[in-house]
Amino acid sequence: MTQVPSIAEEKPTTSLSSPKTATLRIARFNPEKDSERKFMEFNIPYQRWTTVLEAILEVKKHFDHSVAVRYSCRQATCGSCGMIINGKPRLACFTKISELESDVVTVEPMNNFPIIRDLAVRFERLFESHHKIKPYLINDDSEISSNEKEFLQTPEEVEQYIQFSNCIKCGLCNSACPTMATDSSFVGPQALAQAYRYVADSRDKGKDSRLKIIDESHGIWRCHFAGSCSQVCPKGVDPAMGIQFLRGYLLGFRS
Amino acid sequence: MKPQDENKEGIGGMINPRRYGIERVAYLLMRLSGLGLLAYFIGHIYETSSILKGQVGWNEFLDLTQTNEGHALLAIVIAMCVFHTVNGIRVMLGHGGVGVGKPSRPDYPYDPASQNMKHKIGIYSAIVLAAIAMMYGLAVMYGE
Amino acid sequence: MRESTIMKIHYGTALGAVALVAVHILMRLTQSFAESLEYTNVIANYQFLPYAGMLEIILILLSIHGFNGLRVILLELKQGPRYEKAVSYGCVAAMMGLIAYGSRTIIMVNMGML
Repeated sequence: MTQVPSIAEEKPTTSLSSPKTATLRIARFNPEKDSERKFMEFNIPYQRWTTVLEAILEVKKHFDHSVAVRYSCRQATCGSCGMIINGKPRLACFTKISELESDVVTVEPMNNFPIIRDLAVRFERLFESHHKIKPYLINDDSEISSNEKEFLQTPEEVEQYIQFSNCIKCGLCNSACPTMATDSSFVGPQALAQAYRYVADSRDKGKDSRLKIIDESHGIWRCHFAGSCSQVCPKGVDPAMGIQFLRGYLLGFRS
Repeated sequence: MKPQDENKEGIGGMINPRRYGIERVAYLLMRLSGLGLLAYFIGHIYETSSILKGQVGWNEFLDLTQTNEGHALLAIVIAMCVFHTVNGIRVMLGHGGVGVGKPSRPDYPYDPASQNMKHKIGIYSAIVLAAIAMMYGLAVMYGE
Repeated sequence: MRESTIMKIHYGTALGAVALVAVHILMRLTQSFAESLEYTNVIANYQFLPYAGMLEIILILLSIHGFNGLRVILLELKQGPRYEKAVSYGCVAAMMGLIAYGSRTIIMVNMGML
C-alpha cells in the first residue's frame, strides 16, 4: 500500500519560479481637476496566474492608494472591472498578465463611457439603454392564476436565449463598438443583445413593443455588423448574433 | 457634457482597423468605398452632362478622363464598386440573420459564432474580386 | 418614416442598382471601351428609350442609396436635434437635386434637344 504523503511533505506540482516583473502603466485623470490624461508607471512582480486587477490592487496597496478602480467579485461575474488593457476592452479580473505577452501593461478607462476618475467610468447611459428595451418578461398571463403554475419551456426554447442571458453588463461591447465611438445616442450592442434575449424567450409577449423601441434613427440600424462587440465579450454572449437576429424580425426574415 | 468628459473614442476609434480583425477592416472599407462611390457618382453625372454641349464639349471632357490618371481613378472606382457590392451582399445577409450561427450555451474560450469563417471568406472574396476587377478594368481601358 | 422602412428602401435600391449597373457596364464592353464612349455611340445609347429609361432608374436608385448612406454616416458622426434635421433634409435636397440634374441630361439628349 502506498503511503499518502502528509501535507508538509507534499511537493508542489507546479514549480514556483521567481516572479517576473511587468511595468504597469495606469491612466490617471480626474475630470474635475485635470485637463489631460497622464500615465503613472509601476514595476509589479507577477506570477503566471497574476491578473491585471491583482496588479492594480498591488499598486493601491503598496504604492498609491488613490488610484480609482471599480471591482467586486474578482471572478468575471459582477462586470465591474472592465477597462482598456493594452488597447482592448477586457475585464481586469479575467485577464492574466502572462497572457498579454508583454512586459508593459497599459490600463485605461473604457472608451465611450464618461470617466469618474482614473479607471472608473459612469454606467448611467448603459443602464438607461438597458432599461429602455424593457429587460423583463412581458406576459399578461400570471403564473399564479395559471393552472400550470409555471411557464414550461423545452430545452430547445431555452437554447434560443440562454446565451444572451449571460450578459453581466460590464460594458466591454459598448466600449469596442465603432458606432458608439462617435454616436452617443446609439442604443448600443449591450441593450440590443438584451432586447433579443427577451424577444427570443418563448414566455415573452413583448416583441412588438421592443421592436418599436429599437426601430429609430439611433436604434438597431446603426449597427453595421462589425462584430467587435462579440470579440470582446468575456461571457460568450455574442451580441452581434443577437442583433442580426433581432434585425431579421424587422426585415421580415424571422417571425 | 464636454467631448473629453464623454470619453468617446471619436472618428479615430471608429476608423481604426487594427484591433478587431478583418471584420473591422471590412467595416472601414465599406464606409470609404461608399463615400468614394457617391463622390464618383456625382462626378459622373456632371461629366456626362457635358454631352449637352455637343460633340466638342463631350470630346473635351472625354480627353480629360482618357489619361493615365483618369484610368487609375476609374480602376479604383471599379475596385470600390466590386468590394462595396460583394461585401454589401454579405452584410445584408448577415443583417437578416443569415450565416451568423445559432444560439447555444457558450463554452470557454467563447469564440463568437457570428464571427465565423463564412463571413471571413466573404470579406476576403470581396477584396480579391475587387482586385481582379480592377486589373480587368485596366486591361479593358488600355484596350488589351 | 420609420427607420426600418428607410433601411428596407436602402437595401432594395442597392440590389436594384447592382443589377442595372451591371447592364450599364456590360454595354461598355459590347465594343471596345474607347469606341463605346464616342459621341455618336453615346447619343445612340441615350436615344434608345429602354436604355435611357434604365439610366433614369439607375440615377434614382443610386441617388437614394448614396445619399441615405451619407445620411447614416453623418448621423453617427454627430448628434443633436438641429444637426440631425439639417442632415436629413440636406441629404434629401441633395438627392433630389442630383436626380433633377441627371434627369435633365437624359431627357434632353433622349428628345434630341442638343
